[in-house]
Amino acid sequence: MQGEHIEPVDLRATGAVARRQAFSRLSRYLLLAMSLLGVATLVVLGYITIDDGAGRIDLDFLTNYPSRFADQAGLRSSALGTIWILGTTIVLAIPVAVGTAIWIEEFAPKNALLTFVKLNIANLAGVPSIIYGILGLAMFVRFADLGPSILAGALTLTLMIIPMTVIASQEAIKQVPPSLREGSLAVGATQWQTVWSHVLPSALPGIITGVILSISRAAGETAALIMIGAFSFIAFDHSLNPAEALQDDFTTIPIQIYNWTIRPQEAFRQNAAAAIILLMIAVFTLNLTAAVIRERFRRTY
Amino acid sequence: MTNTLASERAEQPPRSHLIIEPEGPSVFGLENVSFWYGRKQALGDISMKIPVKRVTALIGPSGCGKTTLLRCLNRMNDLIPGVRLEGSVNYHEHNIYAKDIDPVEVRRRIGMVFQKPNPFPKSIFENVAFGARVNGYKGDMRERVEKSLRQAALWDEVSDDLKKSGLALSGGQQQRLCIARALAVQPDVILMDEPCSALDPIATLKIEDLIRDLVKELTIVIVTHNMQQAARVSDYTAFMLAGVQGVGQLIEYGPTRELFTNPRDQRTEDYITGRFG
Repeated sequence: MQGEHIEPVDLRATGAVARRQAFSRLSRYLLLAMSLLGVATLVVLGYITIDDGAGRIDLDFLTNYPSRFADQAGLRSSALGTIWILGTTIVLAIPVAVGTAIWIEEFAPKNALLTFVKLNIANLAGVPSIIYGILGLAMFVRFADLGPSILAGALTLTLMIIPMTVIASQEAIKQVPPSLREGSLAVGATQWQTVWSHVLPSALPGIITGVILSISRAAGETAALIMIGAFSFIAFDHSLNPAEALQDDFTTIPIQIYNWTIRPQEAFRQNAAAAIILLMIAVFTLNLTAAVIRERFRRTY
Repeated sequence: MTNTLASERAEQPPRSHLIIEPEGPSVFGLENVSFWYGRKQALGDISMKIPVKRVTALIGPSGCGKTTLLRCLNRMNDLIPGVRLEGSVNYHEHNIYAKDIDPVEVRRRIGMVFQKPNPFPKSIFENVAFGARVNGYKGDMRERVEKSLRQAALWDEVSDDLKKSGLALSGGQQQRLCIARALAVQPDVILMDEPCSALDPIATLKIEDLIRDLVKELTIVIVTHNMQQAARVSDYTAFMLAGVQGVGQLIEYGPTRELFTNPRDQRTEDYITGRFG
C-alpha cells in the first residue's frame, strides 16, 4: 500500500477570502466613522453651549422670573411650569397608555379590529407634534374652553405621548415568556392575577424605559405648547393646589429657551445656552434615575 | 369457552378491541374528542377513560397530538386563538367544555407541569405559595409550602433558604419546584407534559419516583417520548399516531404491561420495539 499524497494546506487568506476579509475590515472603519460623526457633532454642540452659557448659571438664574433685562432674567416660572406640565402629563398618560398596552397584549380578542387599532396607534406615534398642538388648541383650549392653561397643555402632551408609550409598553409585555403565563394559569390564577403578579412585574423594566423616553420627549416639547398659546410672560408661582394651578397660564423651559433665542441681544443668547444646559441636566438625571430603578428592579425580580 | 370469546371478538368493530377500558372509577371520560388549530385538525374522534389514582401515559411519535390531548384536559388550549373542540371531555361527569364551566375552576383542580421547568422568577416560597394564595387559601402558608415541598421531595434540599430565587435551582430541582407549585393548590389531577425531557437521568429517576409516590393521592396523566419511562411509571398507556393529514388518533390503549408485552396493533408493536418509520 502506498501512502496517500496529501496536498499542502495554506491557511493564509488568499483570493476570494482575502477580498471578503478586506471588505469586512473596511466596513468596520466605515461604521466607526459614522458613529464618531454623530458623537463628534454632539460633543461640539455641547462644548459651544457650555462655553456660551455656563457662566450664566447661578442661584439667581434659577430663582428669578423672566425679565426684559437679560442679566436679571431667570428660569423660575418656566421651571415650575415644566414641573407642573410634566407631573400632570405623567398622571394622565401613564395609566391610560400602560392600560391600553395590557389590554392589547393580554385581553383583546385577536381580530381585525385589534389589527386596525394597533396600526392606528403606530401611525399616531409618527404624527408631528405641531399637529397635536393644533388638535389641543381646537379641542382643549377652544372647545373645552380651558384656555392656554396647564391642564390644556398637559392634555395635549398626554395625547402626544400616549401612542409611543403604548407601543413601548406593548413591546415590553411581548417579551414576557408565554411559559410564565401558562405556569400561573395552570395553578388556577385568573387572567388578571396572572397579569398583575407575573406579566407586569416582568415587563416593568421595559415599561419604565419606554415611559421615561416618552417623558423626556414631553419635557423637550415646544411646538405643540406654543401652538396652544403657552407663550406668555409668567411672573408668578403656581398655587400648590392643583385645582387652581391647572387653570393657570404657563411657560416651560423649552419655550423660555425659544423665547430667548429669538431676541437679538447676545446676553439673551447666553441665557438660552444656560437654560439648555440645565434642561439637558434635568433630562439626563431623569434617564439615569430610570436606569437605576430599572436595574434594581431587574435584580430583585 | 375460548371459541365464544374469539367469535365475540370477531364481531366487534376492528378498532374497539385495541381499547381496553380501565377498571374501576375514572376521572376523565373523553367522548369523541376532535380538535382543531384554526383549520388544521390535530385530534380525531378520541374516546377513552382515565382511571382515578393511576398514572396514565400518552406515548407516540412527535406530532401525534399527545400534548394537544393533554392540554385539552385542563383547557390550557383555550389560550391559543382560533382553536375548536368537538365532543366532550368529562371530568367527574361534568363536561369541562360546557358553556357554564369556568376554566379557572377546572385548572384549580387539574394542575399541570410543563416540558421545560418554568418556575416564576420569585423566591422558592413565593413560587409554591402563589397558587394557594390566588385560590384564596387563608390558612398557615408556611405549613402549606412545607407540605407541598415535602410531597415534591424537594424540602430537604431547599428548606434552609426558601428566600432563594426559584431560578437559582438546578433543572431537576426546578421541575420538582413546579410540581410542588402544582401540589400547593391541592389538585385532584396533575397533567405532566414530558416533565423529564429537559433533565439528566438522575433527576429523571427522582421525578419518576415522585410520580409513583404522588399517584397514591391523586391522578397523573403524563406525556412522554421515552417508552422506558412510560413502562416504568405508568399503569395505563395510550399509544397515539398521526393518521391521514396529521390528525392525531388513539391507536391502542390498555394496561401498560399488556400494551408493552402484548401489543395488539402492528403499529404499536413497531413503535415500542423501535422499528417505527
